[in-house]
Amino acid sequence: MSLRKPWQAVALAVFALSLTASQPAPAQEAKNQYVPLATYRVGAYASSGIPVWAGAIDYFRYVNEVEGGINGVKLFWDECETNWDVEKGVECYERVKAGKDGSPVPIFLPHGDPISKALTEKSVADKIPLVTLAYGRTETIDGRVFPYSFPVVFSFWSEASSVINFIAEKQGGKDKLKGLKIVTLYHDSPYGKETQTPLAHLAKTYGFEDIQVPVPHPGNDQSAQWAKIRQLKPDWVFLRGWGVMTPVAIKTAAKVGFPVDRVIGGIWSGSEEDVRPAGAVAKGYLAITPFPAGADFEIHKKLKEHILDKGLSDLKDLKSFGSVYYNSGVNEAIITVEAIRTAQKKFGARPINGEEAQWGLENLNLDDARLQEIGAVGLQQPLKLSIKDHEGGGAGKVLQWDGAKWNVASDGWVRSDRELLLPLIYERAAAYAKEKGITLRSEAVN
Amino acid sequence: MSSSAVSEAPAEFAASSATFLHAKPLAAIFTGALIVAFFGLVPLLGNDYWLGAILIPFLIMSLAGLGLNITMGYAGQASLGTGAFMAVGAYATYNVLLRLPELPLPVSLLAGGLIAGLVGVIVGLPSLRIKGFYLVATTLAAQFFLEWMFNQYGWFSNYSTSTSISAPRLVLFGQDLNTPVGRYLLTLTTVSVVALVAWKLVRSQTGRSWMAIRDMDTAAAIVGIPVAQGKLSAFFIGALICGLAGALWAFAYLGTVDARSFNLDRSFQVMFIVIIGGLGSLIGNVLGAAFITLLPILIDHVADRLFGGAIDAGQLENFQKVLFGALIIWFLIKEPHGLAALLGRLLRRLQAIASR
Repeated sequence: MSLRKPWQAVALAVFALSLTASQPAPAQEAKNQYVPLATYRVGAYASSGIPVWAGAIDYFRYVNEVEGGINGVKLFWDECETNWDVEKGVECYERVKAGKDGSPVPIFLPHGDPISKALTEKSVADKIPLVTLAYGRTETIDGRVFPYSFPVVFSFWSEASSVINFIAEKQGGKDKLKGLKIVTLYHDSPYGKETQTPLAHLAKTYGFEDIQVPVPHPGNDQSAQWAKIRQLKPDWVFLRGWGVMTPVAIKTAAKVGFPVDRVIGGIWSGSEEDVRPAGAVAKGYLAITPFPAGADFEIHKKLKEHILDKGLSDLKDLKSFGSVYYNSGVNEAIITVEAIRTAQKKFGARPINGEEAQWGLENLNLDDARLQEIGAVGLQQPLKLSIKDHEGGGAGKVLQWDGAKWNVASDGWVRSDRELLLPLIYERAAAYAKEKGITLRSEAVN
Repeated sequence: MSSSAVSEAPAEFAASSATFLHAKPLAAIFTGALIVAFFGLVPLLGNDYWLGAILIPFLIMSLAGLGLNITMGYAGQASLGTGAFMAVGAYATYNVLLRLPELPLPVSLLAGGLIAGLVGVIVGLPSLRIKGFYLVATTLAAQFFLEWMFNQYGWFSNYSTSTSISAPRLVLFGQDLNTPVGRYLLTLTTVSVVALVAWKLVRSQTGRSWMAIRDMDTAAAIVGIPVAQGKLSAFFIGALICGLAGALWAFAYLGTVDARSFNLDRSFQVMFIVIIGGLGSLIGNVLGAAFITLLPILIDHVADRLFGGAIDAGQLENFQKVLFGALIIWFLIKEPHGLAALLGRLLRRLQAIASR
């Protein structure tokens, strides 16, 4: 392998140059806020990932272009590809955590349930908050034990509880839940099993029958599971899928003659990308989500005017504007920006670091008035976080697919029974603290 | 995976490296310098990124490659159960740490490895009757079964909601190892000790009988080598080392894992490390692991520096995958016996220059 051919020498030179070139400038007084993005634009889940970054990046651009940044501090970001793999995710986190161009990292968005789990402890050591919107380990809600994990808005336990409450809404009251048969068809993975405990507890409380049916990964053949479901004749099916499992479930349900409008998808079974492959039979399918679809929210009008129409959007396929995943990106960006804004109130209008962002998150209060100002009423639920509550919201909207787009089928936000489940969550967090020898953070530090 | 062709190259390499380091003092100085560099300088100079995201996974994957190389490269028993053995090692170590907290960390690690080794023996039983691709298929069964089992039964993960296990406190002689440097040193020490033992082992009678079985088991049986014992011991040692790698992967690297971290993809990844590095070569595992785990990261950094921002991020990512795949093919065409053979050739050339 000696360098006999000229092209080899050229290749080596280019390579060497690329390693030395563009070393980051020495840390001067940073003016801009760095927000690293861990993306998955390739790999098995790319189709769901691409609209998420588009939503987030479009909102960041909007904040920069129209609002002149957050109190004058502009945002900048770069991407690190994770493929949704844990190792790549950890590598990306380690790569970006020191900040860039003098700006520290305020918040890391792991985008991947296993990645967020692998980073739980590292983030504490590095003092960088992990914001996991609608995924992540449920007991990290307890910020006394998990100071830097923020499973904001809608944990899996809240998801399960809201689905049950939606069923109650449809049946005409929580007392009508008694005697119902509810099957949970879940992706056989840690993510899929997260809802078993809360559902068992809710079944005991309300007296419905809780039946759990696993689907092995990836779930592209579910004839056995649906044959079983047909035999069980449940009143409702709660579908907690991921990736290809969801469209296959809808198609198989239709094939065995189970009414699709009695199937309620979970957060990660409720996007356009999940139902379109199922085709016409998906009409009537329901799904719960903390980031409802739609391009008519106020913020979307602003995004369209200032970003999309000016050709600044990160979207390749403009059809995805206002899709569930696009809107989840917008939601995530809003929370990130508002947490930074809150922290700036205490620490000054400058790029803030992870520890300050933690304070910003724990004092975040997105009330109706603030949502009105942003233009996110209906898109984002009111959100108030605290040390003891890193989740905040805890409500979702149930959408129904009409064959072309999602419509809201529930009566606004469906609240979960958080007061019922929180004690259980705190118990689990306490058990974790005991296993790890963690001393609880006081609630009154700030 | 038949082996007569494969076995030549490492032998050549071993011979050439031995002559290259023919003078004993030179070899000692070389080894000493390596030890000082990796144990002393690297922790001093390396930051969290280098230790936590580059060196630790690289070392662990070298170790997993070493485990499979014992089974597949030295004893000729092809296996796709590496991921499963790593999972057994991780879950077993976790349970030992959890349920017998009074045991010191090295003992717990070794216990986890031994349990993985025993599972390896059970998985290796079919090797007494079948060979080659058929054996691969039976090890595949172990891969699927064990992954399912850890996911299915909460006992293994102490009934955690998500069936994932998370590192208990890593303490050795009262020293908290849960820092990047601590975890790096733990990994490096384990890898060094195991590599040393493996190096001795493949030169011992056991190692020689493994190679005899690999080259032709009928002939080995005729000259009186206990074939069944040889095959099973190769599975035991191989799985033990993979188990250690799995435990380190879970506790020294990621911190929290579930069984999916040790899925079939992981088994394939380790198999590629062994094939690209060189079957039947110890140094090959290190080279193969560097190729498989480090090269994509390197390509990513280079692509970022050269084109970051200028080209669409998604396309850039896809291009990197294409480049990596092309490099694998190119290397295997250039040197079908793996990177170890390539290094051997390089050393011989250097030697020729030096002796001129």
